[in-house]
Amino acid sequence: MNNENLNLALHIWRQESREAKGKFEEFIVTVSPDASILEMLDEINNRLEKEGKIPIAFESDCREGICGACGFVVNGRQHGPLPKTATCQLHMRNFKDGETIYLEPMRATPFPIIKDLIVDRSAFDKIQQSGAFISFNTGSAPDANAILVPKEAADASLDAAECIGCGACVAACINASAMLFVGAKVSQFALLPQGQLEKYERVQEMVAAMDEAGFGSCTNTYACEAECPKGISVINIAMMNRDFIVSKFRSKEVES
Amino acid sequence: MGWLMKFVNSSIGKKFVMALTGSLLIMFLCVHLIGNLTLYFGEEAFNSYVSTLDIVKPIVRVVEFILALIFIFHIYFGVVLWFNNKKAKPVRYKINASSDSSTLSSRWMIWTGGFVLIFLVMHLSTFWYAFNFSGEVEIDGVHQYYIIVTDWFKDPVYASVYVLAMIFLGFHLNHGFQSFFQTFGWNHKKYMPLIKKLGTLYAIIVSLGFASLPIYFFISSLGDK
Repeated sequence: MNNENLNLALHIWRQESREAKGKFEEFIVTVSPDASILEMLDEINNRLEKEGKIPIAFESDCREGICGACGFVVNGRQHGPLPKTATCQLHMRNFKDGETIYLEPMRATPFPIIKDLIVDRSAFDKIQQSGAFISFNTGSAPDANAILVPKEAADASLDAAECIGCGACVAACINASAMLFVGAKVSQFALLPQGQLEKYERVQEMVAAMDEAGFGSCTNTYACEAECPKGISVINIAMMNRDFIVSKFRSKEVES
Repeated sequence: MGWLMKFVNSSIGKKFVMALTGSLLIMFLCVHLIGNLTLYFGEEAFNSYVSTLDIVKPIVRVVEFILALIFIFHIYFGVVLWFNNKKAKPVRYKINASSDSSTLSSRWMIWTGGFVLIFLVMHLSTFWYAFNFSGEVEIDGVHQYYIIVTDWFKDPVYASVYVLAMIFLGFHLNHGFQSFFQTFGWNHKKYMPLIKKLGTLYAIIVSLGFASLPIYFFISSLGDK
C-alpha cells in the first residue's frame, strides 16, 4: 500500500451566511492517504484556527456512514466518487497526488446554504412530520407476532428504511427532486401491514409537503439511486407514484 | 373537478400527464411509421394509402384533434416542469459529473423534445398543410402525394433537418419509453431491465425507420441528375 502523503489543491466553497455571496477558496494541503476527507478538513481547520482565521464549516456526526449528517459535493459528485459511500467514509487514498478537488455544498433551492458547506435540510423534517408515522395508541408494547409480516415485505421495508435522509438524492438530481427520499419514507410504511391502513392519506400528505417545500419533479434520470450512500432503489419512487395516482383517483373527496 | 386540477398541479400529477401523453404519442409514432413505410413500395402504394385516409376524413379529423390535444398537453406540461425544476436547482456544480450517474437521453429531454417540436412545426407546415389545404393534391385526376413528399426529401436542407430531428427523437424515446413505466409505478425488478432494452430498440427502429426515407429519396435523387 502506498503510504506517501498526497499533495492536493483544494477549492472549497466559502460563504459567510445565507445571504452572503460565496466563492471558492484555494487550499494547498499535504495529507495522509489514510485520512478521511473530513479528517483532512479537521486538519485544515486546526491550522486556520491557529492562524486566527475562520474555520471551514461542515456537518458531521457519527463518521461511520450511518447518520446522514455529513455530505457535500466532491468534484461534482455528492458524497464523492465512490458508490454507496457517505462523505465521512471517503478516504484520501481514492485521490491521486497532485489532484485538484472542488468541495461544494449541496445545491438546491429548498436547501439554502447556511455557511460554507452546510445547508439547511429542515425541508426533509417537514416532509417527515407531514406523514411518516403510523397512528397508534401508545401504551404497553404490542405482542411482537400479533400482526404477521411476510419476510419479503419486511425486507423491502427495511431496504427503504435504510435511507439516512442525508439529501444526496436532492443534491445529485438535475431537478433537485426529493422523490427518492420521499419514496423511501412512504414505502417503508406502505410495505408493512401496519402502515397500509393510512397508506393513501400518508402519500398524499407527504407529496404535498414535498411540493410545498419547492423540490423539483422527477425526470427518471436515476442519478439519485446512483449517488445514494445507502443504495435506495428507485423502485420506491415507482411505488410512491403508483400509490399517489391511485389515492387521487379512488378518494371520494371531490374537491381535494 | 377540483380534485383533478389539484392532482395535475402536483409534482407527480404533472409527471403522470407527461407519461400518459407520452405513451400515447409512442403508440401514434408506430402507426405513423407503418404508413410512411408505404413510400418504399412506390408511388401507387403511397398514394392509395393517403387517399384511403381521405375517404375516412371525418374520423381522421377527430383523431387529429385528439392528437393535437395530446401534443399540447405533453409540450405544455414538459415546459412547466422544466421551469419548476430550474427554479428548484438554479445553481450547477463547478465540475459537471452528471454523466457518471445518469444517461444523456434522460438529462436532455427538454432539448431533444424542443428540437422535435421545431421539426413538428416544419413538418405540419409542409406535408400536413400541403395534403389538406393546398389544393395541389390532385392534378388531372392523378394524386400528387408521392411527388410532394419525395420533392421535399430531395431538398438537402429539409432532408438533413428531418434526419437530425429523428436522431433527437430517438434519444427522446430511448428515455421516454422506460420513463412512462416508472412514472405509472410499473417498475418491477424482473421486467424493468427488459423494458429498458425494448425502449432502446423501439427508439432505434422508429428513428431509423423515419430517417431512412429522406436519406433514401435524397440519395436516389442524386442519381437522377
